[in-house]
Amino acid sequence: MSDILTTTFLISVLAAAVRAGTPLFFAALGEILAERSGVLNLGLEGLMILGALSGFMVGSATGSPWLGLLAAMISAGLLSLLHAFLCIHLRGNQVVSGIMLVLLGMGLSSFVGENLVGKTTQGFQPLPIPILSQLPILGPVLFQHSALVYLAILLAFLSWLFLFKTRWGLEVIAVGESPEAADTVGVPVQAIRYACVLIGGMLAGIGGAFLSLAYTRMWVDQMTAGRGWIAVALVIFSAWLPQRALLGAYFFGGIEGLQLRLQAAGIGISYHILQMMPYLATIFVLIFSARREFRQKIGAPAALMKPYVRGERA
Amino acid sequence: MFFKILNSFITILLALLVGMVPLILTGNNPVRAYLALFQGAFGSLYGLTETLVKAIPLILTGLAVSFPLRAGFWNIGAEGQLYLGAIAATWVALTFGHLASFILLPLVILSGFLAGALWGLIPAFLKIRLQVNEILLTLMMNYIAVNGSNYLVYGPLKDPQGANFPITATFSEAAWLPRLPGTRLHAGIILAFTMTGVLYLILSKTRLGYEIKVVGANPRVALYGGISLMTVTLIVMAIGGGLAGLAGVGEVAGLQHRLRKDISPGYGYTAIPIALLGKGHPIGVTIAALLFGALFVGGSHMQQTTKVPVALISIIQALVVLFVVAGEALRSSSFGVRSPLQKITGP
Repeated sequence: MSDILTTTFLISVLAAAVRAGTPLFFAALGEILAERSGVLNLGLEGLMILGALSGFMVGSATGSPWLGLLAAMISAGLLSLLHAFLCIHLRGNQVVSGIMLVLLGMGLSSFVGENLVGKTTQGFQPLPIPILSQLPILGPVLFQHSALVYLAILLAFLSWLFLFKTRWGLEVIAVGESPEAADTVGVPVQAIRYACVLIGGMLAGIGGAFLSLAYTRMWVDQMTAGRGWIAVALVIFSAWLPQRALLGAYFFGGIEGLQLRLQAAGIGISYHILQMMPYLATIFVLIFSARREFRQKIGAPAALMKPYVRGERA
Repeated sequence: MFFKILNSFITILLALLVGMVPLILTGNNPVRAYLALFQGAFGSLYGLTETLVKAIPLILTGLAVSFPLRAGFWNIGAEGQLYLGAIAATWVALTFGHLASFILLPLVILSGFLAGALWGLIPAFLKIRLQVNEILLTLMMNYIAVNGSNYLVYGPLKDPQGANFPITATFSEAAWLPRLPGTRLHAGIILAFTMTGVLYLILSKTRLGYEIKVVGANPRVALYGGISLMTVTLIVMAIGGGLAGLAGVGEVAGLQHRLRKDISPGYGYTAIPIALLGKGHPIGVTIAALLFGALFVGGSHMQQTTKVPVALISIIQALVVLFVVAGEALRSSSFGVRSPLQKITGP
């Protein structure tokens, strides 16, 4: 019990928060992009697991985790295009299509990964940043991770810049708020939605690949364990803002990290009870953000889940 | 009616057809795999009764998803509600094992129903009261329920004589659901079919059924018509959660005679394609569940004889959902009408 309240313990939890939060952030950022354009994608869990598997397979076969990452982006991107086609083109039900992605990703990864269960891979190795990694506390927490962790932080900033400071980003937001108005001024609504769902899917694929190539460096069936769904909840919690999604992801990562460290420290609470923590935290966050959303009326893009056809009233 | 049945038939046929693609890509002979699948499910009396055994939890969880969906509530939590039902039934069976069967068995069934219902009421209340997203909520609650069940079978409820396996002690025979001699088919099937009938009657013959359909079609109209959204949602989720709880009762009291780790291989998730394939109609859902029961049984036979991973069944499940979405969307866009699914599930 006594070794819990030490600085070493705290640092290890915070470092784990950043590590475990990174895959959540990639997936949540992808969802923010898709939802900002007006398309709900509940399929993150399926996109992540497919990314995790293809990343693992290609990463192991070629010996290059970067090629694995590329494969994860391609496979998850292709799967998300199916969602885009069903929702944007056919105007199908977005909730059902998203659930379909989850079932399909889960099924495909179990089917193809059958003989890989328990295999390990080289994956992404930690890449300490010179000088910065020597800083007390901040060094081990932020600067001794694999490259993708730094990429996530960079992306949080870049995507904020993109969404709110560039013309394209504002067009995405316009399409998600009022596709009619956007169309009137010549913004290609459907093309933007396709692009956002596609890039969003690729980001979820990166999140999955992070799990199998940088987090566990091992293939485990169903290894996403609900992280895709937590990422969807994270989007609501972050009020569709990339920078807030990063902090939210680290918060959830921290809960996962705390849970793992508590297990290791042996504090006498059952492993199974500790394992409930991220899911319980998600429920509390959902309740909290629902209340806040209800009170302040901020949040969801106005045209979320509303398919658009030129000349038809919404 | 006829077209609905034809529609579902084409959906499953397309799913089976496209399911051949992963088989061919992995170098398997799809015809051989499917032959093994159908042989496993229908080729013997054993296969047929096993199909019914698998259909029991699938019917009950299928109804647990489809019934609330009629009122516009997405219950993705049937898996967790099943676990809660199994836990409660186990606790009652182990605690009151000395009681006579005609008292104990109803208590076991009732406790399972109530536990599932209570677990289902939580997201129902939170959705209506605070507008919390019920899909995410019910999903998160699944993980909590499964971990809770694991905690119990590894901890407080672990069989002291069980050589450290994650299982509870065996129930006294008074808590066993009767079986068809020589098979594993238990009385849960009667329970499942009865519930199908009950839900059919509720939906087609009662005022409550009418209110459920109005709420599902358009909550605002329901509000103007003086129908309480809260009451209807609580009722459908109490019944839905309870039915999933009964599925858990069937697994522990009918099949395993104890609680063990991973009591369900994801019945509560398979329930979603089943509910969609059954078009929300209790009898349609039951037929779809029987079909998926056959797929499960045939799938494990296929894995044993042709080495094709049973996960193929999960892919086929997903394809069923895919063709439901595509079919509904095509129909509504080409005929300019809102499809039943869209009526049920909004925008």
